[in-house]
Amino acid sequence: MVSGSREKFDNPVVEWVDSRLPVFTILQKEYGVFPTPKNFNYLWNFGAIAMIMLMVMILTGIILAMHYTADTKLAFDSVDRITRDVNGGWLLRNIHMNGASFFFIAVYIHIFRGMYYGSYKRPRELLWILGVVIFLLMMATAFIGYVLPWGQMSLWGATVITNLFSAIPFIGDSIVTLLWGGFAVDNPTLTRFFALHYLLPFVILAVVFLHVWALHVTGSNNPLGIDVKGPQDTLPFNPYYTYKDLFGVIVFFIIYSVFIFYMPDALGHPDNYIPANPLVTPPHIVPEWYFLPFYAILRAVTFNINIYMLVGLVLLAVFMVEFIWRHKPRYLGKGSGGVLLLVGGGLTLFGLICDANQGWEIPLTAAKEAPISAKLGGVLAMFGSIALLFILPWLDNHPIRSARFRPLFRVFVILFTLSVVILGYAGSQPADKVYWSTCFGEAQACKQLADGHSEIPHGDKPTKEPTVLKFDNTMLAQIFTGFYFFFFLIILPLLSRFEKGRDLPISIHQAVMDKHKKAGV
Amino acid sequence: MSADIKNKDQNDGETRRDFMQLLAAAFGGVGGAVALLPMINSLNPAKDTLALATVEVDLSDVGVGQSKTVMWRGKPIFIRHRTEEEIKEAEAVDVATLTDKESDDERVKRKEWLVVIGVCTHLGCIPQGQKPSDNHGDYNGWFCSCHGSQYDTAGRIRKGPAPKNLYVPPYKFISDTKIKIG
Repeated sequence: MVSGSREKFDNPVVEWVDSRLPVFTILQKEYGVFPTPKNFNYLWNFGAIAMIMLMVMILTGIILAMHYTADTKLAFDSVDRITRDVNGGWLLRNIHMNGASFFFIAVYIHIFRGMYYGSYKRPRELLWILGVVIFLLMMATAFIGYVLPWGQMSLWGATVITNLFSAIPFIGDSIVTLLWGGFAVDNPTLTRFFALHYLLPFVILAVVFLHVWALHVTGSNNPLGIDVKGPQDTLPFNPYYTYKDLFGVIVFFIIYSVFIFYMPDALGHPDNYIPANPLVTPPHIVPEWYFLPFYAILRAVTFNINIYMLVGLVLLAVFMVEFIWRHKPRYLGKGSGGVLLLVGGGLTLFGLICDANQGWEIPLTAAKEAPISAKLGGVLAMFGSIALLFILPWLDNHPIRSARFRPLFRVFVILFTLSVVILGYAGSQPADKVYWSTCFGEAQACKQLADGHSEIPHGDKPTKEPTVLKFDNTMLAQIFTGFYFFFFLIILPLLSRFEKGRDLPISIHQAVMDKHKKAGV
Repeated sequence: MSADIKNKDQNDGETRRDFMQLLAAAFGGVGGAVALLPMINSLNPAKDTLALATVEVDLSDVGVGQSKTVMWRGKPIFIRHRTEEEIKEAEAVDVATLTDKESDDERVKRKEWLVVIGVCTHLGCIPQGQKPSDNHGDYNGWFCSCHGSQYDTAGRIRKGPAPKNLYVPPYKFISDTKIKIG
């Protein structure tokens, strides 16, 4: 990896090794003198924190695996034994199970930082994509790991998530049987999940290596989002950022420790302390907090996508590509834009209304005939929401990276972050939870509805059924799912074309000096 | 063989060796992919799992209006001894209005016995409704608390996100009080 000239080390042992395998030279180059922008803020700590968390997880995980038994009859008890009997087992387990949450906290902040400061933009697209791959692998690993204690949430979480694949047309059911190795989530599922839970962290480690490698080719982005122009813009990584990262890690570990020692179960579900029972489903299944936004998106699609909607959506997509993404339409004349928008939007709306009113029996709108069922639609939306991250560098190709110099982008990226948080909340609540409702009609009928009869008893049917207007959790999720996709597909490309942006500083060094002058240092 | 045996038909600079290399690479690629098949197939249900495919159930202890749950292939089977009212209710439904159009007759072998797989066709939760104290939903059958699917007295989906009726497993009556599932 290191070619060309190599500086000699004073220590003869180090020199002996380095002349044969230049590990010390690489370490010195990549982590010692590595030129790093000198204006990092604390958000830049979270890459290092995530790396440390991966190591913590692998280390504690390997030891836990020595005490764990992957068998449906023994798994729950073996975890119980780790907590009660294994020396320090309670500590290792608390570190590992809260570690998953804190790994995700670090990674979510890391992703937010990447979005806010435009770190995904040229020339760091591949670096960003590798990051999304790591994120996906982490989700798979975390989900599989949550199954291992074999509690009620383990079993039923696994059942619901693996059943998502049954939404795939034709081959879905065979895929689910293949995943399970049986006809339900059972012992074969548990043993293969354990094998994969042991394997995937090392795959993550390998992709992290590529991620860091790519980072060291392009160099770090920085809060100003402008390129490094010379040595006056940078500091050597050691000691400046090794110590800044160390400080961040210590603060992060203090908060992490509060959870480990004082509230180890605060982020989990009590139901997972009930042994898995294939005959009883817990009344309210919720995934771990880090999956909630995506779970909300999954549940937001409650309508079937019939042929009208599909055609309408395709037309809208053509409009989007030709008239929003491209600076000049390539295949279509200018006038066709309005037609596409009107016909596409109209068809989509018509299809949606028909789906909600199955009683009208309009041809080709029956729920059964829909090419994309609500279930498949939800799965596509959920995977789509993550897939969008892969193409983010091309959806937002505005030349300015940092949100500091893009006032509009800044507002929208913060709104987007808020919408993800709200989606997370929506994912944690029951789908039919009503936030606000009002009832028009006979007082008595309204009262009956309020008492919890969604159907009026046959005997005393009122002459006119009351009309209920309500805002429930599904609608909340739908609104913010809509915004999630709108942000990526429409807002970002439009901003790339039309946002003017502020003047960029001449150099990092200049900006830092100006800031100090203002502060009177 | 010389490395530069020219392909006589064309003058595009491609040699016979290029072709053989492509052929060898393709052969290796396909062979490698086929070698993966047994590994993937080993993840499919094993023979002992498949062997659990039939169970016999004694129905003599299930009174009218009572239910019984048995396990078949790791899934619960709901067996319900339906009351006259429940049968009437199931038969009275206009099939055309259903999401998954099936008449009551198509779903039972003997009117008083409903046998269905007790797994919600949405995302695989177990609906409530086997115990009298359970929530039976608006249609007097089963209610899935995961995402709110409601099934009627014939196990048909009436409301909520599930796309299909509760599946009817293959079964037959081997005597008046005994069925064999699978």
